[in-house]
Amino acid sequence: MKWSFVLAMLLAPMLALGLAPAARAANEADYKAAYAAADAASKEAAGLRHQWTVTVSALAAAKKAGDGGDFDRAVAAAREAEALAKASIFQATSEKEAWKAMEIR
Amino acid sequence: MKARSALLLGSLGAALVAFALTSPRVVAADKVDPVADAKAFQNFFFQKFPNVKHEDFVNGPYSMNADMKRQWQEKEEFPPYEFALDAGKDMFTTPFKNGKTYADCFPNGGIGIRQNYPYFDTKEGKVVTLELALNRCREANGEAPYSYVKDEMASLTAYMAFTSRGKPMDIKIPDDPRALAAFENGKRYFYTRRGQMNFSCASCHVQSPGERIRAEILAPALGILNAMPIYRSEWSGMGTTSRRFVTCNSQTRAVPLEPQADEYRDVEYFLSYVANGLPISGPGARP
Repeated sequence: MKWSFVLAMLLAPMLALGLAPAARAANEADYKAAYAAADAASKEAAGLRHQWTVTVSALAAAKKAGDGGDFDRAVAAAREAEALAKASIFQATSEKEAWKAMEIR
Repeated sequence: MKARSALLLGSLGAALVAFALTSPRVVAADKVDPVADAKAFQNFFFQKFPNVKHEDFVNGPYSMNADMKRQWQEKEEFPPYEFALDAGKDMFTTPFKNGKTYADCFPNGGIGIRQNYPYFDTKEGKVVTLELALNRCREANGEAPYSYVKDEMASLTAYMAFTSRGKPMDIKIPDDPRALAAFENGKRYFYTRRGQMNFSCASCHVQSPGERIRAEILAPALGILNAMPIYRSEWSGMGTTSRRFVTCNSQTRAVPLEPQADEYRDVEYFLSYVANGLPISGPGARP
């Protein structure tokens, strides 16, 4: 009983490592899709005159990584850029009315 | 049944009275009223800092901190913008290739007119800043325009500001809906949060003047443009109003607009108008 437990404890992680599906590495198609989504959101933010510098930097980092073939990094940076762009779009939209709360009257 | 009707009529009457009392206020709040805005703006700062002389607000952080003011007053004996003033005077008086000078482009030969800029051009339907007018003058005389954020423009505006020192800011808003719209647009820009830091101009210069942001003491928004252009120790050089707006945007992690974008022209119009009556103190020096 005792030995079988020890055996199970040893085998479990080995099986987990060997049989569980490993996280799939990003490929060029993933990068292109993530970049296109980020680029579209970024352009929308720029059109609203509410672009953030960090969005531009994240997009540039995504492109650089993608051009270098590091698609994992490129996808991560593109997703970050998309999230930042969406936050800036939210800011632009909410500030259309929210600025009035700050006004000196 | 009678009591029910009376209650219903009473409620209806009360609702009508409430509507009648509140609706004019809503209309008034939405109406563009630069005079009321300027009065409220100035009163806010006068009440927030009752010990600061009104004309002293144009000295920015020095009006907020006695130690800094002493240091600045000593520095003013050999001001860091002196070289820019000399260069500006030289540039201003040197004829263009066609023989004309800047004086030919401005009322009163360009001397002592800084307090009237920016103005609303009713022909163009837009705000015209001094920097823009200077570049238009250059282009009209066959010269290439200067960068809005570099030394030449700062030197020229420094000299022109110097000739207006002590004159009260005197910005007019003509009876033109486009001028009112420009003022309102400038006000909106001033109070709108932007950038990843989620800061508006007002976050620093209305909510926190006199407070420190890192090593700096924040200047009050009231009269902030009266000292432009400025020599900034942080920049190791002169800076124009355009440079100031661009830098402020970058510091909040917002992508700056192009210099002399409509929004920048309008915010300059708004900030200058609400400082009407306060003296021109430019060129200034800041840490």
